[in-house]
Amino acid sequence: MSFLELRQLRKTYPDGTEAVKGIDLAANAGEFIVLLGPSGCGKTTTLRMIAGLETPTGGWVTIGGRDVTRLSPAERDVGFVFQFYALYPRMTVRQNVAFPLDAVGTKRTVRDAMVEAVAAGMGLGGLLDRYPRQLSGGDQQRVSLARAIVRKPRMWLMDEPLGTLDADQRLGMREFIRSRQQEMGVTTIYVTHDQEEAMSLADRIVVMHGGEISQVGPPADVYDGPASLFVASFVGSPGMNFIPGEAQANAFVPAGGHARIPISRELPPGSLTLGVRPEYVYECADGPIAGHAVLDEYQGAFRIVHVNAGFAHNLVMRVPAGGDHQAKPVGQRLQLGFDPAHVRFFESGSGRSV
Amino acid sequence: MHGGAFLKLENVSVAYGRVHALRNVSLEIGGDELVAVLGPTGAGKTTLLRAVAGLETPHAGRIAMGGQDVIRDSPAARDVAIVFQDFSLYPNWTVRANLEFPLKAPGRKLTKDEIGRRVAWAAKLLRIEHLLDRRSVRLSGGEMQRVAIGRAIVRRPRIFLMDEPLTNLDAKLREALRVELVCLRRELKTPMLFVTHDQTEALSMGDRVVVLSEGRILQAGTPREIYDRPASPVVARQIGQPAINLLPVRRSGGEWVTESGVAVAPADGPHYGEMILGVRPEHVAATGGKRAATVRVVENMGPMKILLADWAGTDVHIIAGGSTSLRPGDVIHPKIDANRVLLWPKE
Repeated sequence: MSFLELRQLRKTYPDGTEAVKGIDLAANAGEFIVLLGPSGCGKTTTLRMIAGLETPTGGWVTIGGRDVTRLSPAERDVGFVFQFYALYPRMTVRQNVAFPLDAVGTKRTVRDAMVEAVAAGMGLGGLLDRYPRQLSGGDQQRVSLARAIVRKPRMWLMDEPLGTLDADQRLGMREFIRSRQQEMGVTTIYVTHDQEEAMSLADRIVVMHGGEISQVGPPADVYDGPASLFVASFVGSPGMNFIPGEAQANAFVPAGGHARIPISRELPPGSLTLGVRPEYVYECADGPIAGHAVLDEYQGAFRIVHVNAGFAHNLVMRVPAGGDHQAKPVGQRLQLGFDPAHVRFFESGSGRSV
Repeated sequence: MHGGAFLKLENVSVAYGRVHALRNVSLEIGGDELVAVLGPTGAGKTTLLRAVAGLETPHAGRIAMGGQDVIRDSPAARDVAIVFQDFSLYPNWTVRANLEFPLKAPGRKLTKDEIGRRVAWAAKLLRIEHLLDRRSVRLSGGEMQRVAIGRAIVRRPRIFLMDEPLTNLDAKLREALRVELVCLRRELKTPMLFVTHDQTEALSMGDRVVVLSEGRILQAGTPREIYDRPASPVVARQIGQPAINLLPVRRSGGEWVTESGVAVAPADGPHYGEMILGVRPEHVAATGGKRAATVRVVENMGPMKILLADWAGTDVHIIAGGSTSLRPGDVIHPKIDANRVLLWPKE
């Protein structure tokens, strides 16, 4: 039996906007679920309905087998973190972090030890006796996160908790959240628009789009076997390459091009889109695709090379950058191939994977 | 940089009361160059941009554009265009009106036809032609930022100043607009000073990168120079994701040894005593070393996985292939690529 269940959960606003269109989702106890999608996909509304901050216009939320759809947030015993931190300005960091523990009458010695431990893990040890106004935005954000995860409620609900942090603080915070969650075993629902965060944190990712769930699965499954063009482009940085065209006897023929890409599997007739991730596009002298470099983005450990091959979109390849690997000058001719084991196909119309 | 510099800052300092926002900053930008200024919040990036724009008066130093001293010139006279993080459009105006606005400023004597041509040109370049008659409150974040960039380019300024223009956008949109901006600038052949706290943006967009911290330039160079040969541990940590591993080491026999006694790399160079050893996560292999480590966290990034391992009490980040089956708790034997080790004297 699942710990959290959403059944036909729906939110329609009075003006007719359907923010969430009747979704079903089940999370196991101790699972880390990430709701991923662009602005307006319904992920935050879903989280707020789980928290009890938003009343569904249809469907049910059950936590631990109990219907909580009509319960207040306090009765649900969940801890939240929002992107925009709200700390008590007249309390020190220590008092802010201890607050949820005081609220449930934790013994002082236990409380102090818990506060110290979480503060040390998050690098807040030296800030415990400061007031929020004496902290940078990033530090305030971390304090608000500490306050949420110091306690072990039935669930943690997090809405872009790393949203305001500088990039260099994010990785450390991600690792801390992940190991803390595993250690405490608290079922967690985490909302983000950042696919990298989703990939790195989740046991399972729930990709949302237009108020509906596009795909649910472990990060590797979503990455390797996206259920639709939307998922394939949203997950991955940069997203998957797409080439519209159609299947013809053992080959895929891109629209408007002369290339023939040999294919070993059966494909349905009609308009298809070939998808391949940038790390599975490589240079090879007898590759079926000819093009020229239009942009070379250096990213330290690797480069992202954009190639015009005469298709609807430029092809993007991810290549190593260190050592002898030199940048591709703009205009350089390239002959490209794909790793056949990692080529995917989608129906061009519906966008569904085939 | 030599002769061809368009913008030249010499020993520019800006102070607010007793707080120094910029200290002795010297910098040159070529006529067709994109320079990315990278630094954390509070490093002085925005102050630098504002000083170039003429919105901030330095208390010392010189700023020249095209060989002319501009320090006494008003922002308008400097003929620069700024794009801010928060878009700053007129919300109730249409996109067209927002784009026309800078062209109708007093002193600009453009004909109606010319204004129309320039708006059409910018709208086409930024693919916002279909939005021209929409009010800007009705736009998405990405559309708004395109319009803000459009408003900067219609003027054909002498230099673009960008203050974290992509920061408020969704991750996916940021990626797309980053590519568009680089291509756009290349087409316009106008220099750009691009301020960001995002190292990916700085590395991938900049012809050169300037690393700023507490108002000082720590290092300036091509992205590859800064990534491969950072001048200090502070610079090294700011560039690269996941961040570089920095291990305090001392030389013992022929090896560099960590505080917890792990021999991590052969020591055959000129350095002695206590040092900081830097090695990027992609230059540490999970196998092949002598001393065991325990995997603590595995982050799946798609094409790769980031491992955080406990190496006899020292945390080390390792990039492994996307298909590795390593899990938390597994024992590995990290090996550092000796050719890619960086060393700095311990402060």
